[in-house]
Amino acid sequence: MSENKCLLQVENLNVYYGSIHAIKGISFQVNEGEIVTLIGANGAGKSTTLNTIAGLLKPKSGSVTFDGKLISGMTANKIVPLGMALCPEGRRIFQHMTVRENLEMGGYSRPKNEIDDSIEQVFQRFPRLKERRRQIAGTLSGGEQQMLAISRALMSKPKLMMLDEPSMGLAPILVDQIFDIIKELHKAGTTILLVEQNARKALQVADRAYVLETGSITLSGTGAELANSDAVKKAYLGG
Amino acid sequence: MTMFLSNLISGLSLGSVYAIIALGYTMVYGIAKMLNFAHGDIIMVGAYICFTCLYSLGLPPAAGILASVVVCTLLGILIERLAYKPLRQATSLAVLITAIGVSYFLQNLAQMIWGANPKSFQTVIPAGNLSLLGGELKISYVSMVTIAASVVVMVALSLFVGRTKMGRAMRCVSEDKGAAQLMGVNVNLTISVTFAIGSALAAIAGVLMCSAYPTLKPTTGAMPGIKAFTAAVFGGIGSIPGAMLGGILLGVIEILGRAYVSTELGDAFVFAVLILVLLIKPTGLLGKKIHEKV
Repeated sequence: MSENKCLLQVENLNVYYGSIHAIKGISFQVNEGEIVTLIGANGAGKSTTLNTIAGLLKPKSGSVTFDGKLISGMTANKIVPLGMALCPEGRRIFQHMTVRENLEMGGYSRPKNEIDDSIEQVFQRFPRLKERRRQIAGTLSGGEQQMLAISRALMSKPKLMMLDEPSMGLAPILVDQIFDIIKELHKAGTTILLVEQNARKALQVADRAYVLETGSITLSGTGAELANSDAVKKAYLGG
Repeated sequence: MTMFLSNLISGLSLGSVYAIIALGYTMVYGIAKMLNFAHGDIIMVGAYICFTCLYSLGLPPAAGILASVVVCTLLGILIERLAYKPLRQATSLAVLITAIGVSYFLQNLAQMIWGANPKSFQTVIPAGNLSLLGGELKISYVSMVTIAASVVVMVALSLFVGRTKMGRAMRCVSEDKGAAQLMGVNVNLTISVTFAIGSALAAIAGVLMCSAYPTLKPTTGAMPGIKAFTAAVFGGIGSIPGAMLGGILLGVIEILGRAYVSTELGDAFVFAVLILVLLIKPTGLLGKKIHEKV
């Protein structure tokens, strides 16, 4: 994948929550067309990393470069139009709005006349969302909410899609479905940065992976390399 | 019977003023998640600006109303920028205390500019009555305009929040600031617009209120501010129709309570009703209970 151009470059990133040093000088990159995954235990800093890249958190030092542009320090709403979307942990769909309104919000940064087409595409991919388009999003099932969250993020037509724990709290059959969706998105040309607790599944789909431990990257390699590494097997794949 | 009708109309008119103020309260609470206790004092500033335009500058009423709306809108944005925005990450208690501080600041500022003596406000609406029932029931033009204005304001606000892009952004910010930002919504701008709208409404309320009750002094906004806050809680804070309903009911209860229960205990009566409602329905009349699926 090294022949592909680098889409996201994180260099020496440091993030603090008050006095807590949550991310300790990590560097990594995501190349165009790749699926890259960050795995790690609870509290390792995976979500903090994604939230900082997306502009929800401000780094103390270090840089984030996206598509050749320095974005660290920019707020999330300025980063979205550059072609980056984050499907956040816990889905965070707008509970009191309808399914369709949620999708329209996903296309907030795009011209109005393009949005209807994109919603049609979402409905083709997820007929269930079409059936429920007028329903209040808070009444959807967990799996449907996750589909909505992913679709909402897709509405901005991102070059880079970041997914934070998309399989969290879902039944195994739905987890498979979510990973199928990720593979499909990838095939359609979207670059993906995936954070997962389900390390086994994540490493299966990933081109490359990084292991994050208490705010530092301790291992990196291709998905297959890490899946076969003893340290990873022991810590994240249950021996 | 005509006495009752006449009281009822006074109540509706006073309630409409409360409703317009409560709409501002509830919008700011819903979107910025803070109780802006200085909101009542914006009303007072609005009334003074209108007063100055009419008396000192001799401008026509329409210009006075416009000036007071413009000044209050800018004031609302300025207060948010200087006093509340730096506290976006602070505890809600710190913000609340700041809001109380801003409230006293505005009252003292008004006292410095316009003096502590009450001013007699000249109505912006032609004095006079509409006579009904063969002259037995008189409805003042002020009452009619006030009630009509509150209905127009509520409908306009509902359309704005429900149909426009900015309105939709407001609803998103109200639910989840972070997620709204991830959609590309400029949260700071959205909060500024909310304060601008709330303050513009407060200016309108101030002018209408002082047209009906023409004594204007630096503390004029305090009591209506608290009553409107009560109305917003009564109707379900964060809800636009709730603020409207709460405001109208509060005004009617207050006037009828004064007329038929006790003149002295009118205000106490209002708050007793609030406590009763909250005991039975803690979220207020139209308040939604937030349930989350995780």
